[in-house]
Amino acid sequence: MSNYIPNPDAVQMDMLRAIGYSEMSELFADIPEALRVGPLDLPVGMSELGVRRAVSAMAASNTVFPTIFRGAGAYRHYIPAIVKTVVSKETFLTAYTPYQAEVSQGVLQAIFEYQSEICMLTGMAASNASAYDGASAAAEAAAMCRDRKRAHTLIAASLNPDTIATVETYSRAADAPVSMLPVQNGTLDIDALRGMIGADVSSVIVQSPNYYGLIEDWAAISEICHAAGAKLIAVCNPIALALYKTPGECGADIAVGEGQPLGMPLGFGGPYLGFMACVKGMTRQLPGRIAGLTVDADGRRCFVLTLQAREQHIRREKASSSICSNEALCALTATAYLAAMGPQGLRQTAEQCYAKAHYAASALAAAGFPIRHDAPFFNEFLTECPVDADKLARRLETEGMLGGLPVDGGILWCVTEMNTRDEIDRLAAACEEVRRHG
Amino acid sequence: MADALSALTALNKEDVPLVFERSVPGARTDMLPPLDVPESLPDAALLRSEPPLLPELTEGEVSRHFSALERRAFGVNNGFYPLGSCTMKYNPKINEEMAALPGFADVHPLQPERTAQGCLAVIARLEGMLREISGMDAMSLQPAAGAHGEFTGVMMIKAYHERRGDGKRRTKMIIPDAAHGTNPASAAMNGYTVVTIPSDANGCVDVAALRAAVGADTAGLMLTNPNTLGLFDPNVAEITGIVHGEGGLCYYDGANLNAIMGITRPGDMGFDVVHLNLHKTFATPHGGGGPGGGAVGCKAFLSEYLPKPGVADNGGSLTFDNDTPLSVGKVRAFYGNFLVCVRALCYLLTLGREGVPQAASNAVLNANYLMRRLADPDEFAHNRACMHEFVLSMKKLKAETGVSALDLAKGLLDKGMHPPTMYFPLIVEEALMFEPTETESRATLDAAAEAFRALVKQARDNPDSLHTAPHAAPVRRPDEVRAARTPILRRET
Repeated sequence: MSNYIPNPDAVQMDMLRAIGYSEMSELFADIPEALRVGPLDLPVGMSELGVRRAVSAMAASNTVFPTIFRGAGAYRHYIPAIVKTVVSKETFLTAYTPYQAEVSQGVLQAIFEYQSEICMLTGMAASNASAYDGASAAAEAAAMCRDRKRAHTLIAASLNPDTIATVETYSRAADAPVSMLPVQNGTLDIDALRGMIGADVSSVIVQSPNYYGLIEDWAAISEICHAAGAKLIAVCNPIALALYKTPGECGADIAVGEGQPLGMPLGFGGPYLGFMACVKGMTRQLPGRIAGLTVDADGRRCFVLTLQAREQHIRREKASSSICSNEALCALTATAYLAAMGPQGLRQTAEQCYAKAHYAASALAAAGFPIRHDAPFFNEFLTECPVDADKLARRLETEGMLGGLPVDGGILWCVTEMNTRDEIDRLAAACEEVRRHG
Repeated sequence: MADALSALTALNKEDVPLVFERSVPGARTDMLPPLDVPESLPDAALLRSEPPLLPELTEGEVSRHFSALERRAFGVNNGFYPLGSCTMKYNPKINEEMAALPGFADVHPLQPERTAQGCLAVIARLEGMLREISGMDAMSLQPAAGAHGEFTGVMMIKAYHERRGDGKRRTKMIIPDAAHGTNPASAAMNGYTVVTIPSDANGCVDVAALRAAVGADTAGLMLTNPNTLGLFDPNVAEITGIVHGEGGLCYYDGANLNAIMGITRPGDMGFDVVHLNLHKTFATPHGGGGPGGGAVGCKAFLSEYLPKPGVADNGGSLTFDNDTPLSVGKVRAFYGNFLVCVRALCYLLTLGREGVPQAASNAVLNANYLMRRLADPDEFAHNRACMHEFVLSMKKLKAETGVSALDLAKGLLDKGMHPPTMYFPLIVEEALMFEPTETESRATLDAAAEAFRALVKQARDNPDSLHTAPHAAPVRRPDEVRAARTPILRRET
């Protein structure tokens, strides 16, 4: 058992006596006896080696798949070695929010660099320092768009279901209405949007590539939104942004997304990184921390947390959000990842995702798993599933493969730069075998 | 030990260029092998018009850049960090190693539950330990941070009243003026009208004011105990009883749990919902502002309102349970900041049943020791034993010398320690809030006290030297007004 307390018992007693007490319990005199608790029902503390053994055994009881063809909101990409080195640096790890700018320039500058890179990726004017994850970032974005006259959020049904559920939760809390926009052939039904958008609509949320991996027409959607006085919230995949038209180019007002692909491990779902960026006119509605460039008393370039009049510690119940702690270390991870990959490396990653996913889609179609939608896709796609999905999953597991996710009666596959041609060929062969022989 | 507080001298005084300013066109490190399938590209009409202007660097330059930035930052590893309300305790390294195990880090959140039993066991085990520590019956690890836990917990209170057909009339959340800003902000995100009640001089709830404020329109009360002045409110049972008497629920902000874990429990004080900060009380690193963990717990009668999904034990095999129709819903994707939860579990397995109250006792001892060593009694916002933190008011010093709490904080930087929290709680003028935590040695506390007393003397002898502090830090008093008036939030391109 360790408790990380550097003062041995005898020193503790000396300290107590030095300030006029004789027993530790005297320090707790304000706590009524009736509220004291006896020994807790917790296990006896363990040594470091004991913890290592116990927790390693828990980790060992999970299956780590050498090959993964599943995404749906969590993506396995290559993480350069330097990224892990940077984010393991003890000072970055153990610092608090950079309230004291004089001793936090390293953290603040890294946030500024992160914000700059998010703006470059999304084509937006301003970014915050991060939100909890992509789903809650979308929910916060919907809140940014609401005002007294407009509070209704329209969500494309082609969004990731966790994002939809999170936006619904946040909106329900705010007593703000939410409606689903129907999907046709895997993408938003634009005619339905034209029919549903009205003077009460504050924002429309559209993800591209969407949950099925398909590319949505943000440019056409933003025109419809703006003509009706509503905002477009574009939910994006940061790897795809290396290739595809940006939310900024398409006229979106806010871009949000899950930043996990930028150097974060799968980690059973967290911690991840919600990124949020917006057009210039909405900067002061952004929730959470924002770093800005300024000069110090001696004229040196430096960085501070800024526009804090939006935030809970100043505005309290009038703040744009209650967010305080964010995902700073994950934002640092993304910054290090983007620096390590560079523009060519990121583009190469996106191109490989695209090419390998399209190779896999053809191979799976040839194996009897035809693709369901004909719209353009990035690196995820939905195929029909002519076999029992659970049976297929178990067969793929014997190959060390986590197969696609069963969705809407089909299978949602994800292929990244991590998947080799050999893996894809083996996947297709296994699928064909299950289809032919069960 | 004179060098207990010398960390600042190691900071990098040289300006570090922006990562973009280090960029050399064409510089790169190959990360990926060549494409092994036929090349193909999206339709040109779908492509972005120009590539993002990301920096182009070799790996060695990336390494230099972030190492240079690290030397312009200050962490718990560098020195004393008594930032009040933030519980900047030591972050054990075994926890980092365990969170990085491939058996956790490389597990997909949507892989079949039968292949992720170890992850589910981490969640179930940590939930169980946190239930015991908080005195709650049910727990969810989903919220990503303390404020996210507050948002979730208040939503549960709202769902409870609505379920009882009482939602329309219970529109008010009572919050003391000493509360963290996240409390009223989280209440407002749930559509509640915030009723602010005054605290007494000790930061405790003004019971008469509470009685006057509570009524049939009360949804609940949000309270931090020990309060933000670092004092345990001895009337807490009466306070929660008053709220319950009118049909309201009581929310416990766990920011200050470090003082009392293993000593007393929010559940026993009468609270119905609680959030715990894994990144404060349970030693997970703050990461420069996150990720955190904001576990939310509740009494049995509220358990069906917890966020989705919960973990269920089906006779030895663990599954996610989404069949909870009264749940407030999903508050984020997947299941919470899982790798943060791994760290917190390691910490609790290490401390165990003896270590938990020892940590609390020593957090309180260190705070009282520092308080008595640091200042003259007339500078205390109160004059009695504190819990894990205490607040000084520099009002008198400022009146006498012109030296403010801000000036003293900046002066402390020159002494090589991170300053305490400034200007919070709002009910204390010129506040400085110190929270040393249990992981500081007597030598460090003595050195900090000596440094602070020297600064107070300096304030009387040479106040101007403090108005212009810090003198040893890499930069000095950034122009915050300029930053806010003409915001530059990204590299100009």
